[in-house]
Amino acid sequence: MYAAIAAARNGSSVLLLDKSLVGRGGATIMAQMTVAAAISHQEPDHWTLHLADTKEAGRDICDGVLSEILCEDAPKRIHEMDQWGAHWAREEGHIKQVVAPGHSRSRCCYVDFLNTGPAVAGTLRRQVSKMETIKRLSNVAVTDVLVHDGQAVGAVGLDVIEGEVVTFEAKAVILAAGGLTKLYSRNSASTNMAGEAYALALWAGAELIDMEFVQFFPIAHLAPRLVGMDPIMWDPFRYKLGGRLLNGNFEEFIHLYGGSDAGKYTAVRDLASYAILKEVEAGRGSPHGGVYLDFSHLPEAELRGAFGPVIDRLLANGIDLTKMPIEVGPTAHYQMGGVRVNGRMETSVNGLYAAGEAVGGANGANRLSGNAISEALVFGERAGRFAAEQARHVTSAWNARLAAPAVDQVRTLQEHKGKSGVHPVTLQSELKDLMWENAGPFRTADKLTMSLARINEIQRHDFTDLAISRERQFNLDLQDWFELRAMLTTAKAVVTAALARTESRGAHQRLDFPDSDASFVKNQVLQLKNGRLTVGWTPVVQSQVKVVEI
Amino acid sequence: MSAISGEKTALLRVWRGGPDQEGRYDTFKVPYEDGMSVLDALRWIRRHVDSSLAIRYSCINANACKTCMAVVNDRVEYTCTARLEPTTVTVKPLPKRSVIRDLVTDTTPAEEKLESFNQERGQ
Repeated sequence: MYAAIAAARNGSSVLLLDKSLVGRGGATIMAQMTVAAAISHQEPDHWTLHLADTKEAGRDICDGVLSEILCEDAPKRIHEMDQWGAHWAREEGHIKQVVAPGHSRSRCCYVDFLNTGPAVAGTLRRQVSKMETIKRLSNVAVTDVLVHDGQAVGAVGLDVIEGEVVTFEAKAVILAAGGLTKLYSRNSASTNMAGEAYALALWAGAELIDMEFVQFFPIAHLAPRLVGMDPIMWDPFRYKLGGRLLNGNFEEFIHLYGGSDAGKYTAVRDLASYAILKEVEAGRGSPHGGVYLDFSHLPEAELRGAFGPVIDRLLANGIDLTKMPIEVGPTAHYQMGGVRVNGRMETSVNGLYAAGEAVGGANGANRLSGNAISEALVFGERAGRFAAEQARHVTSAWNARLAAPAVDQVRTLQEHKGKSGVHPVTLQSELKDLMWENAGPFRTADKLTMSLARINEIQRHDFTDLAISRERQFNLDLQDWFELRAMLTTAKAVVTAALARTESRGAHQRLDFPDSDASFVKNQVLQLKNGRLTVGWTPVVQSQVKVVEI
Repeated sequence: MSAISGEKTALLRVWRGGPDQEGRYDTFKVPYEDGMSVLDALRWIRRHVDSSLAIRYSCINANACKTCMAVVNDRVEYTCTARLEPTTVTVKPLPKRSVIRDLVTDTTPAEEKLESFNQERGQ
C-alpha cells in the first residue's frame, strides 16, 4: 500500500491488486510487535547504530545498500505514518520506544495494545482510499507477470469471486505480495503468504537472493489452543515483562547455548529457536514439542498494567498467566531472502520492482525484531517512487497476445477433469509437512535432497492431474492450484539454496555443517534458465558507513 | 491442524448454495479437540472431505483480518473466535449480505470489485 501511495503521489495512475480484500490480508495487519526506527524520541540514537545492530544480527551477509536504506529512511516513514494518524504509543509528549532483542537502543515504536499491525494497515488503507489515482481491486490473485523483450508490461490475474481471468497492462509492476510462510505446516502468518512474489519473479526472469534464510520465530504459541489471537503474541509480553523460558523439566536453558536470558529477553531469534529445538531433541521438551514460557512469578496487577484487555482475552481462552505456563516453540515466520533488487528496488527485469518482505538481502542471515514493518514502509515508498519515474519514461509495450498462455491456463483448469481425485489443498498440506520436516530449522543434505526429489516428482506427476471442483464463483480449488504452483517453485528455490550453503549461519542451520565458514560470507543468487534453477554466488556488498556514536 | 487426535467429534451443519437459492445443509463429522474454533473445523472439512466448500478467511487465527464472519448457531460471529463444541453446530452465511456461494457473502467494498474496475476501464 505504501508503494501505491508513493507511485500515485509521484504522478502515476496505480492499480492495487490484492488476493484478499485490500489491506486486510497479508502479514502487516497481523504484526503485533514493533517498528524499528532511530527517531531518538526515547533516548539519543542514530540510524548508523540501527545499521550496526542490523548488520550484526545479519551475520556478515546483509546487503549494505539495502540495509543502509532501511535504517536511514525508517525515521522518515515513522514520522509520515504519525502525520497520517497511526497513533504510535506516546509518553510525556513523545513517541514511546522500547528495546527489542538485538537493538542497542530504545528504538522500537508500537501501538497499544498489541495493535501495531492493524493500526499500520488501517492508516495505509485510509491514505490509499484518499488518493484518486489509485484504483483498488480486491479478490484478484496475480498468476503471471508478463514480460516482453526484457520489459515487464503487465500481469494476468484470477478474480476468485467471479471466476474470471483478468489482464492488466502496465508500464511498471511492483511485487509486494509478502513472504512464503505458507510453505511450512507450522507457520505464524496469514493464508495469503504462499511465496507468490518469489515465483512470479523467477518466472519473469528476475533473480532471487539468499532464499535459504527462512526465519523461524522461536516462541510461537503451541498450547493450550488459543483462538482469536496471533500465535506470536508472546514476544511483546517478553519485552515488557520478561518471562522465564523453561524446558520440560522446568529448568532455564538458554545459557547452555551461549545466550543469556535469566528472565529477561535478550537472546536473538536464531539462537533461541536453535536452543528450544535442541532441548526438544534431547527429550527435554514440553508435551506439544516446545518449551514452557512462564509469567507466574509476576503479580496480576503488573500483567494487567502492561496488557490490559489482552489478559481478559487470555482468560476467555482458559489461560491464567498467574497460575500456569504456556507452551511455545519455533514456527516459520519471515523470509530474509527474496527478490534481488538494487537501491531503487529494481529487479534485473526492466520495469519489475519488489517491495517489503518480497525483497531479499537487507537483513542478511537473520532479521531483527522490528525491522519487518520498517522494511515494508521504506522499500514500499522507494519502489513506488522509482516505478513512477520509470512509468513516465517508457512507452507501453503491451500486446494482448502476451497474455494468451496465462489466460488459456485458467480456462483449461476450469474445464479440467482430474482423474487423480486429489485436490490442490491436499497436496499443499503434503508440501507443507515436507518442508517443515526437511527444510525447517534444522537441515541436512539427506533430508534436503529427499525433499527436492519429492518436489520435482510432485511438479512432474502429482501436480499435473489434480481434481478441481466445477463451481464458477469462489472456487478455492482453482485459487489453491495457482498457489500450489507458486509454492512448488518457491519451495524448490529454498531447498536448492539450503543444499548449496554447506555451513550454518543465522537462520540456516545445517546439522551436517554446524559451524559458520568464512568462505561463505557471500550471497547466493538463483535464476531460472530454460526452466532450470541455476545457483550462483556474489560477493557481499558491505556497508562502508561509519557508525556515529551518540 | 492436519491430524486431530481424540475421540470426540463435532457435527457441522453447513449451508450450501448460490445467490437466490433455497440451498441445503450438508452435515460433516469433524474430529474435535478442546479449544478448536469453528474456522478450524471448516478448514478441516476443506482439507479432508470437501474442498469445494466456499469460505473466506485470511489471518486464520488472529482475528486481525475480520473477513471470516458467518452465522454460527443463529449468532453473527467471527468463525476464528467462535468456539467449536463437541455437539451439533449450524453455520450459515451472513443474513443481510447477498450470497456469493456457500458461506461467502458479498463483503467487498463496491469500488474494489471487478465490476467497478471493468466499468472504469471501459470508459
